[in-house]
Amino acid sequence: MSAASSTFLAHARHTLGGNPVTLVAACLAGLLILVALLAPWIAPYDPLATDPINKLQPPSASHWFGTDQLGRDVLSRVIAATRLDLAIAVASVALVFVCGTLAGVAAGYLGGWTDRIVGRLADTIMAFPLFVLAMGIVAALGNSVGNIVLATAVVNFPLYARIARAETSVRRTQGWVEAARLCGHSELSIVLTQLLPNLLPIMMVQVSLTLGYAILNAAGLSFIGLGVRPPTAEWGIMVAEGATYIISGEWWLALFPGLALMVAVLTFNLLGDGLRDLLDPRRRT
Amino acid sequence: MKRREFLKASTASAAIASMPWNPALGQARRDTLLAISENGPNNLDIHGVGTNRPGYEASWNVYDRLLTFGVKKDAQGQDHYDYTKLEPELAESWNLTPTSVTFKLRRDAKFHDGTPVTAKDVKWSFDRAVTVGGFPTFQMRAGSLEKPEQFVVVDDNTLRIDFLRSDKLTMPDLAVPVPVVINSGLAQKNATAADPWAMEWLKGNTAGSGAYMVERWVPGTELVFRRNDDWKGGPRPALQRVIWRTIPQAGNRRALLERGDADISFDLPNKDFNELQGNQRLSIIGTPVENALQYIGMNCAQPPFNNVKLRQAVAYAIPYQAIMDAVVFGRAKPMFGGRPQAIDASWPQPHPYTTDLDRARALMAEAGFPNGLETTLSFDLGLAGLNEPICVLVQESLARIGIRTTINKIPGANWRNELLKKSMPLITNTFGGWLNYPDYFFFWAYHGQDAVFNTMSYKNPQMDKLIDASRFSNNQAEYEGLVKDFVRLAFDEVPRIPLFQPFLNVAMQRSITGYRYWFHRQLDYRQLVKA
Amino acid sequence: MLTLAIRRLMAALPSLVGVVIVTFLLTRALPGDPAAYFAGPAATVQAIEEVRQRLGLDQPLWVQFGNYIGDLVRGDFGTSLSTGQPVGFELATRLPASAELTLLGLLLAVVIAVPAGMVAATRPNGWFDQAVRVTATAGVSLPTFFTGLLLVYVFYYILGWAPAPLGRLDIFYTAPPHITGFYTLDALLIGDAETFLQALSQLVLPALTLGIFALAPLARITRGAMLEVLGSDYIRTARAAGLTPTRILIVYGFRNAILPVLTVLGMVLSFLLGANVLVEKVFAWPGIGSFAVEALVASDYAPVQGFVLTMAVLYVGLNLAIDLAYGLLDPRVRIES
Repeated sequence: MSAASSTFLAHARHTLGGNPVTLVAACLAGLLILVALLAPWIAPYDPLATDPINKLQPPSASHWFGTDQLGRDVLSRVIAATRLDLAIAVASVALVFVCGTLAGVAAGYLGGWTDRIVGRLADTIMAFPLFVLAMGIVAALGNSVGNIVLATAVVNFPLYARIARAETSVRRTQGWVEAARLCGHSELSIVLTQLLPNLLPIMMVQVSLTLGYAILNAAGLSFIGLGVRPPTAEWGIMVAEGATYIISGEWWLALFPGLALMVAVLTFNLLGDGLRDLLDPRRRT
Repeated sequence: MKRREFLKASTASAAIASMPWNPALGQARRDTLLAISENGPNNLDIHGVGTNRPGYEASWNVYDRLLTFGVKKDAQGQDHYDYTKLEPELAESWNLTPTSVTFKLRRDAKFHDGTPVTAKDVKWSFDRAVTVGGFPTFQMRAGSLEKPEQFVVVDDNTLRIDFLRSDKLTMPDLAVPVPVVINSGLAQKNATAADPWAMEWLKGNTAGSGAYMVERWVPGTELVFRRNDDWKGGPRPALQRVIWRTIPQAGNRRALLERGDADISFDLPNKDFNELQGNQRLSIIGTPVENALQYIGMNCAQPPFNNVKLRQAVAYAIPYQAIMDAVVFGRAKPMFGGRPQAIDASWPQPHPYTTDLDRARALMAEAGFPNGLETTLSFDLGLAGLNEPICVLVQESLARIGIRTTINKIPGANWRNELLKKSMPLITNTFGGWLNYPDYFFFWAYHGQDAVFNTMSYKNPQMDKLIDASRFSNNQAEYEGLVKDFVRLAFDEVPRIPLFQPFLNVAMQRSITGYRYWFHRQLDYRQLVKA
Repeated sequence: MLTLAIRRLMAALPSLVGVVIVTFLLTRALPGDPAAYFAGPAATVQAIEEVRQRLGLDQPLWVQFGNYIGDLVRGDFGTSLSTGQPVGFELATRLPASAELTLLGLLLAVVIAVPAGMVAATRPNGWFDQAVRVTATAGVSLPTFFTGLLLVYVFYYILGWAPAPLGRLDIFYTAPPHITGFYTLDALLIGDAETFLQALSQLVLPALTLGIFALAPLARITRGAMLEVLGSDYIRTARAAGLTPTRILIVYGFRNAILPVLTVLGMVLSFLLGANVLVEKVFAWPGIGSFAVEALVASDYAPVQGFVLTMAVLYVGLNLAIDLAYGLLDPRVRIES
């Protein structure tokens, strides 16, 4: 096992070395996570404190990203939003990762009715226009952070379930699984100790890609008024509200949260791509 | 939908589409007005179920009423309808007695299909308004117009309305958008046994005699009007065509106006109106909306806001000036910092409260909340552009006196339902009455009958007595005394805290003249001129 | 082939039923109350109750569901509250607008992404490959509404190159007669070049917004498929035979790489139909997406149900078409089935 992991690391170093974009993405992702963790300490102002006298100030030395329509500091709000948006994305992806993978593994391993039910569920969700389904869930259950997380997770469910199912059904009958079975391992322990660890790398690619999608989804919901409660800072709401000020020349309201959003999504997408290359056996040869 | 209807609809639109179009686009642009708004009508019939406000605009321009209001110049020298002056529209003259009014109709007036307008049509239309229920029936009742028996056809050109009681609102209520005159013959031809008032047909078809006819309607997208050259209800309008397009994005509406591609719009944020005032190509007019107020409402029927000291504490903690500056950008009339008593018998007028946090904290302690309290502050998401910043500022300021609030956005479709439940503790909302009388406003907003507009569920027998007495008072001095008394009571008890009197803002190209403010806050195409 | 099509359709039926049930339940869970909406601004609680009875909304949920299914079977999608029109009529008139926009967006994406992916595959990890990768991924990383508003700001407001974002046609043009419902096609069919150009110019910005969103998956899959093909034996043979690199790339390479691209094309198309929702709102585009969003926010049941069902049927049809096309293009699939 240790030999395997060291060759993997070597391979990772090799691939990253030949792929500076992924390296940059990995660094950016680290930076974003750092900002999210340290948000309350690095924000120069209270992201919620209004100051109507200094409203709509362009970027300056005291307000690097300017101020918004109520005089709140845009930089502080972008930083606070990083924490919230990443939290939404991570929570929804964690939720769908657990539920989707388990359902997919169960379907692939057990087959029969389990497979049919999971398959139908995934098909049904896929047949929905996904954004409208997310909208419907949030509108019906009420617009709270929890429901945005839930809606994003539901929308991503088919992806996880299908990949996990496909990978499981291929591996189920492979030699090493048979070997474990002959050694007297129970089915549950085979799934937990043999199958799941082998699925993890492939699922991690999806995790990275869907993190980006989750952020976009939350932003879209905000645009049509189904986002988080005011005055909470969230990238999507800031872009959507700021967008009405572009025409009147106050570009900083939408641009900075828009850039932050784009960088975050781009980072996770590029990272996902990089991971995929890393795991792609064709690239290893 | 039935297949046949669908075929009919699609061939009709194809026929319109293939009509030859005047190649002289420049000329067409000069004679055509392009109005843009956030939403379009959902129904062309003002008596329809759930007809939205844009629907009133369509109805106002396509149908005639018996009466209309005159015009005056307002303080800024702009045209403003005059609610003290009633003028004929379909009626030629009328004879008012204490028990009835008799209208003589114009003999030359014709509906768009050429049939003459008769008293029979007027009666059918009024019967319809008082019978179908919902908003039209409610609005007719505001003028004591309640039963079909009140409308009597004397002859083809004469109609008498018998009064149920003496009500000063009866005559003005005949000039509001609801009592339109419909071509009863045409409508009845399209009525069914299940739908005797042709509600279904008149949704998408019109049967009016007004200055404009509907040429094409693509719901949610555009509505095109053509001038009715035979209109007899007033001087011939200047605009030949009006195209009304729905542009959902506020930024795009501003861009269209600034670049000269659209002619006129009401639907911009206050900030944009403020900035566009400096634009050489556009003229911006802001008129205070009569009898309307944006306010913070507190639920008086349940704790904690059934405590008058607490309500006063809130009234001293509202950041009035910040709202005026940062939310409405000065495009509203401030309604705070007035005298403790009513200065005259007008409404709205400024209340005595100002932002005074020390006093608010003292009142909090007196009210028995030295440690503050927690509550929710709700607003209508449909008007988020205005409501959300108000709520954020109020939330921050209330936190300073210990009232911690959670902001609750309620989708537009659900707002009315939530208001009806009367369970929201703290809200911001706006209310305005079409008919410009203080007692009319108070009857709906402060009276213990607990109408939906009394969003605070405020009940006070003393208040009810003053309002009831003023509504049917015939003595001017007594009336004014009563109004001052109930205004004073509303200041003291402060179930709702007025923030400002909003403006009706309009932005239009400099080439457009003749704009007139109407109490219904919709555009009247008939007076507009495009140079 | 036909049996395959029928079998696939039958297999899709349960998902469609699922969609109908979930949508019904979801709309009923929406917070808005159509009865309160219908009853008007001054209605009393009692008046709303009366309206509720008239609309059949006081019935138990399963009775309402039965009524809904009954109407559906008769082809009646109900009536929209916010536009006052039958939903079936609305969808029928709005679908061509959405389809025209989506297809043009897809076309733009294909025209840019496929050649870019092919060239990127000739030098994997070269500067061009990296540039394509970052640019395409950046495109999918921006919320479509933001891209749209930005394009309007730059190309209409600042530069004045694009026409006003007023929907499908400038107001002083009339729509061409309804043949396909696509304004550009219809104008061409009747030989009206001016209307064609006008309709096309209105389409450019929204289609570009959508197209940018679709670049990444197309470029990526083209690159991947080309890499695989270019590494194969017959390409090596072709190289050895002395064919020019361009000829190898286009004739032998791309022809064999087209299958995976086709598969992902279907996926991208259904993805774009969903992304449409926000783009239509930005450009005042009278399509079905903007219609559904407005309806959902207004708790207007019928249009939401109609829209979701239409999209589900489209999705099933699209997948079927791709499967069939796959079978036509790749003989191996035909034999297997």
